[in-house]
Amino acid sequence: MIVADRKPIEEIIEEVKDHEKILILGCNECVTVCEAGGKKEVGVLASALRMYFLNQGREVKIDEKTLERQCDHEYLEEIRDVMDQYDSVVSLACGVGVQFMAEKYHDCPIYPGVDTCFLGATEKRGLWTERCQACGQCILARTGGICPVSRCAKRILNGPCGGSTNGKCEINKELDCAWQLIIDRLKALGKIDEYEKLSPLKDWSTERAGGPRKVVREDVQE
Amino acid sequence: MKTKTPSKLEKILAAGHLAVTSECGPPRGSDIEVIKEKANLIKDYVDAINITDNQTSVTRMCSLAACIQLKLMGLEPVLQMVTRDRNRIALQSDILGAASFDIHNILCLSGDHQSFGDCPTGQNVHDIDSMQLIQTMRLMRDQAKFLGGDDIKRPPKMFVGAAANPFADPFEIRVPRLAKKIAAGVEFIQTQCIYNMEKFELWLKMAGDRGLLEKVYILAGVTPFKSAGMARYMKNRVPGIEVPDELVKRMADTPKEKQPEEGVKICIEQIQHLKEVEGVHGFHVMAIEWEEMVSEIVEKSGLYPRPSVE
Amino acid sequence: MQYPPDIKIILVPCTGKIDVLHILHAFEKGADGVYAVGCMEGDCHYNSGNFRARKRVEQAQKILDIIGIGGERAQMYNLSSSEGPRFAQFAVEMEERIRKLGPNPIKLAKKKAA
Repeated sequence: MIVADRKPIEEIIEEVKDHEKILILGCNECVTVCEAGGKKEVGVLASALRMYFLNQGREVKIDEKTLERQCDHEYLEEIRDVMDQYDSVVSLACGVGVQFMAEKYHDCPIYPGVDTCFLGATEKRGLWTERCQACGQCILARTGGICPVSRCAKRILNGPCGGSTNGKCEINKELDCAWQLIIDRLKALGKIDEYEKLSPLKDWSTERAGGPRKVVREDVQE
Repeated sequence: MKTKTPSKLEKILAAGHLAVTSECGPPRGSDIEVIKEKANLIKDYVDAINITDNQTSVTRMCSLAACIQLKLMGLEPVLQMVTRDRNRIALQSDILGAASFDIHNILCLSGDHQSFGDCPTGQNVHDIDSMQLIQTMRLMRDQAKFLGGDDIKRPPKMFVGAAANPFADPFEIRVPRLAKKIAAGVEFIQTQCIYNMEKFELWLKMAGDRGLLEKVYILAGVTPFKSAGMARYMKNRVPGIEVPDELVKRMADTPKEKQPEEGVKICIEQIQHLKEVEGVHGFHVMAIEWEEMVSEIVEKSGLYPRPSVE
Repeated sequence: MQYPPDIKIILVPCTGKIDVLHILHAFEKGADGVYAVGCMEGDCHYNSGNFRARKRVEQAQKILDIIGIGGERAQMYNLSSSEGPRFAQFAVEMEERIRKLGPNPIKLAKKKAA
């Protein structure tokens, strides 16, 4: 899922301080799971902002709503009727949702309430770690299911580099060396001979480098 | 053995001599005198001089410029190239730049992560990794082709090297990794500095068992200790370097003013020992910020004068 | 057992039931101070409810500091259920703290706005 982290309240206050009718808009999916932008976080942010503005001597209207997702037209349409009540929205969705909101509600400033971080998994509650860089050409079949693009700090395809120490990465003793993990897994799968196969140069054109990407499925389009 | 390039280093190795290389770090400024001074200290004692490439991610004058300076001095540079800072276009481009000055040696590396250096908030590139850079170099040289497929006019003639670290983790793939680099096309290897002779010789033996030693020239890395503190530091704080306790003790038991001398002595003993080990084709003397000792180390190891080749 | 009369007690089966939002809403509605009283650490009837409560109180304290209300207005206390006098002691302590801090600034701000 997309993992995000709450923006500091001070930063959000700076974004909205000149507005008077603010909608705090949450998202029920990824950001709820990583406890950054769901209904609960919307409630906490809204309460904090209300108290902040009251303390400043200002009565600012701050409403709360959480949509199922903010990356699909039908859910964003649900608030069309109420949008004229607000002069700004703080969206706690990931960067996708914030942008989709901004595209749809052209005339209303939409501010991000979270920092979108990465594609990752829940290792345990309160700990989310990166797993995928969305490179567009998945090589997991060759690397025992462990991705060197997202989990190696140097995205080396023929690793490990000389800095791998005790199975940890040179940049952080707590970070697993992706290539150690790959080697361990290839061994467990009885495939360690594959280690010596040279990985070809990666085609990065399907990654960010190639420009904003899209997926088209004409067979399901109307 | 036939040589494939005009590289002096390759010729010396092909003639069966033990080669000696050393390295210089470029200045953190544009004053080329620093390089000239360091090079002049060691030039008669080595066959080729490596110029590091923004080592430890600390921004310095680029290796290419310093290598050109060495060339202008009539010396033999080894261009170190990391894949951290340049994409495949820039790498090929810089290789051609080096070739235009007839630089004939390249060392292909990944490079330390930028978080270690002075620009930790910068991007890293790693468009291709060090093994793929080796492949690229061989493609450009032997097939005179760019990665994109077009022909190269006056292709680069470079002797291709890489680093190897028998002391890095995990040990079990250190020889497969060497095999991989050889399959990618590497022709010479400079190892990380060696203190644990046993482990190094085990690595060599395992490589030899796979027939790898006939396919590559291995230059053993050595670094003299300046002090007992340095020995301890390298043992405890530098990943990928193994220092046996006896060596630390030997340095620590030496009175402080005599420690540099002892460190050099250990280095010379190491070289004398390794000269007899099968598979060792030479030495890469890394006397970091102590270049003035290279001459003594090379001389007292019986490696002076350096052979001349045509 | 005597404790100050201006303390409103809300009973919960475990302090782990208290959410950050409950604490914030209490202040929004004009409470001058909010404190949670849970079991001794290690003795929680539901294992770790009181640990969660402490973390949530800390979260609320941070937010209250940032928005200028003051994090010391929220506190976490621990005692065992039989320690009546201690309960009273906490109440007295909290009341003294809040008196020193003064009323919730929001109350004044609301009055002015009205």
